[in-house]
Amino acid sequence: MRTTTAISAVVLVAAVGTSAACGSGGSGSGSAGSGAPKSGGTLTFAVGSDAGCVDPQQVGSNDTIYSVRQLVDSLTDQDPTTGKIVPWLAQSWQVSTDARSFTFHLRPGVTFSDGTPLTAAVVKANFDAIPKLGPLGVLAEGYLSGYTGTTVVDGYTAKVTFKQPNAQFLQATATHSLGLVSEASTHKTPQQRCAQGIVGSGPFTLASYTQNQGITLTKRKGYAWGSSLWKKSGEAYLDRLVFKVLPESGVRTGALQSGQVDAIGSVGRADETALKASGVQLLARANPGVVFGLSANNARPPLTDESVRQAITLGIDRKQVADTVFPAGTKPATSVLAHTTPGYTDLGALLAHNQAKAASLLDAAGWQPGPDGIRQKNGAKLHLTVTWFANAATNQPALELVQQQLKTVGVQLDLKELPIAQLVQTQQSGDFDLLWGNITRADPDILRTWFSTRLANVYRLPKTGLDTLLDDEAAEADPAKRRATVAQAQQEIARHAYAAPVVELQTELGAAKKVHDLEFDASSRIQLHDTWIG
Amino acid sequence: MRRYVIRRLAQAVGVLWAAYTVSFLVLDYLPGDPVSAMAGLGTEGTADPAQVARLKAEYGFDKPVLVQYADYLGKALRGDFGDSVATGRPVTATIADALPQTLELTGAALLLAVVFGGGLALLATATPLRWLRQALLSLPPLGVSVPTFWVGLMLVELFSFRARLFPAFGNDGLRGLVLPAVTLSVLSGSMIAQVLAKSLFTALDEPYVETARAKGAGRARVHLRHALRNASLPALTVVGVLVGQLMANSVVVETVFSRNGLGRVTASAVSAQDLPLVQGVIVFGSLVFVLVNLVVDLIYPLLDPRIVMAGAGRWRIT
Repeated sequence: MRTTTAISAVVLVAAVGTSAACGSGGSGSGSAGSGAPKSGGTLTFAVGSDAGCVDPQQVGSNDTIYSVRQLVDSLTDQDPTTGKIVPWLAQSWQVSTDARSFTFHLRPGVTFSDGTPLTAAVVKANFDAIPKLGPLGVLAEGYLSGYTGTTVVDGYTAKVTFKQPNAQFLQATATHSLGLVSEASTHKTPQQRCAQGIVGSGPFTLASYTQNQGITLTKRKGYAWGSSLWKKSGEAYLDRLVFKVLPESGVRTGALQSGQVDAIGSVGRADETALKASGVQLLARANPGVVFGLSANNARPPLTDESVRQAITLGIDRKQVADTVFPAGTKPATSVLAHTTPGYTDLGALLAHNQAKAASLLDAAGWQPGPDGIRQKNGAKLHLTVTWFANAATNQPALELVQQQLKTVGVQLDLKELPIAQLVQTQQSGDFDLLWGNITRADPDILRTWFSTRLANVYRLPKTGLDTLLDDEAAEADPAKRRATVAQAQQEIARHAYAAPVVELQTELGAAKKVHDLEFDASSRIQLHDTWIG
Repeated sequence: MRRYVIRRLAQAVGVLWAAYTVSFLVLDYLPGDPVSAMAGLGTEGTADPAQVARLKAEYGFDKPVLVQYADYLGKALRGDFGDSVATGRPVTATIADALPQTLELTGAALLLAVVFGGGLALLATATPLRWLRQALLSLPPLGVSVPTFWVGLMLVELFSFRARLFPAFGNDGLRGLVLPAVTLSVLSGSMIAQVLAKSLFTALDEPYVETARAKGAGRARVHLRHALRNASLPALTVVGVLVGQLMANSVVVETVFSRNGLGRVTASAVSAQDLPLVQGVIVFGSLVFVLVNLVVDLIYPLLDPRIVMAGAGRWRIT
């Protein structure tokens, strides 16, 4: 007992010492042995892929978002711990009670790196241009679905209106997809913006981009309008950011260990031990949004039968999947939403692994064990196919484990891999039993995108009260009331097992010891304004 | 001679058309289209289907396949391969940008392959030491059987991560070219060595070698002047084939060493089902292959004066 007290006292003193040394304090990366933050230096960051585009409004892949995010500022920012929307370029805002119009009051004195000022007219030019971005801009276009226009109320006040209630739009203004570009950039074609980049007001500016090679950014001098969440005011610490594209994970790991780069993205389970042994810091955060899981085609027998869907949900041992296949710290799913999503509610009890209950549900539904252990009903086997895409190295081992787990409750699961380019095609045709996938979004409205029968309804849900809950959520401007509705929607989805959530995908980065305050934002991507080397 | 060249050029056009058409049909047969592929990236298919349909119409992917084919072919004949769907850049510019890096890599690898593969074959056939010959001849089969990918990763590990002699990635300068070029040359060099060694052994058994020796020609002269000249024809044919193989393997090497180039462009175009870019790369690759083989054919008579043009426009050994 005495020892424990002594240790806590030492820890407490150390913590106080560190936070005093750091000035503003806080726990980022590299808190160990860090002195006062220093300005200057270059951070070399290795990512795995190049999207071929340097326009933040048109990229969807984390590997490219990491760099182009630093070029632009957003109207708002989102607190990663609370999910709350806070000021950035907009000092304040009002949302109409029907969640159809959003009025932003801009901070004065903000300039883009071409010298032009940020005004309400520029905000209008941005939002007017987004619906015309084309196939790469679908993320941003989706956020502006039903956009009727932006009114320039005065020089620094812009009012954005929608045809239908669109509560998710406020969070969307915090994402990289709606990061603001200069008026001149909005007049360029989407292709020009991709190839040449855009002019933003962010803490870094684009110095060079070479396809498949990398992106170099330099510090914006005189930057003074950072997010209200950032610790440092004014300019960024780092002078230069160099992003290198290294497609091979082994090469990324080796490059970090041998000091050829300072940080890497997409750390895999296999690399963790070696990286830790060489003193590299591993940083991880669960992606908000819909977790990785099996989403059912609810219109295709036998998945039309709720008992079958529930048996699948109960037959999966999520903890085992998370612990055996995924990097350390990965959490098993406890709702269809990850715990980092605003509005998440813990339904762990409802989703707990329960083989006996799964078996009795299938028994009651008339699925009797056959000679090979696979259940049968009216001569048909309980045989399902899960379609998956090679967009994460963990997909195959995770599904093979799920396959074994479901076999023990008498469900035969076959794995079918398709190229990622065929994802949309597969969803639209409906030619699948179960789809393995996830989606990152730090707003619960992603539930409506996936499960409302009024939208694409990829998973072919029947029309139920869930639709009304999702409509209500989208129309609720009050965050507290919206949370309550979202909690009900998650319960409804879990109760009817429209999807079987499995694990929360986490983004994992590796960084050299000398890298400090490399922080995740609310979407589990990074901001590098506060990052320093020393 | 001129008739022969014209004939071969006509054949080349036929090959290019066939490559274009077959690849078009294969890409069309695959489910999905570039717009859906792009819309799926990063959004996991949450894109609005109506919007995807509208974009498809904008790019003409909703038209009947024959109309699309005629459109694309008509433009391709005028040298316009359209714009990449993924990046919006013209296909010709994308290929032209990536080409120098790939030429540098494949050129260096071919040079290494010829020098070391040829040298190994010469040494193995010339040495009077039985053990050395055995040892040398066992290398090419090894080089052919190890995957290029593995060779690349091993070289990076040893010479970049451990010894820190060369950079592990990037297109910068001669130092950055060493490891990728060596990696790419292993397979090609081994093939050259195998073919050349075999034909050198055959040539050394020929009566004319005996004659040359009887006339008092030195060992080296017989080997290099008489035997090598005759033995180099099959090796030259192999070099023609190797150019295609080097281009294909550059996909792997450029990925391992994080270099920009045609291989990387091809790999990303295929995974995004970027139809115009894939078509452009295929036609370009076929063009290179056809031209290299034409040049190889034209070199034959220079090496072996017995090969002359026959009236029908075919080579014939008199």
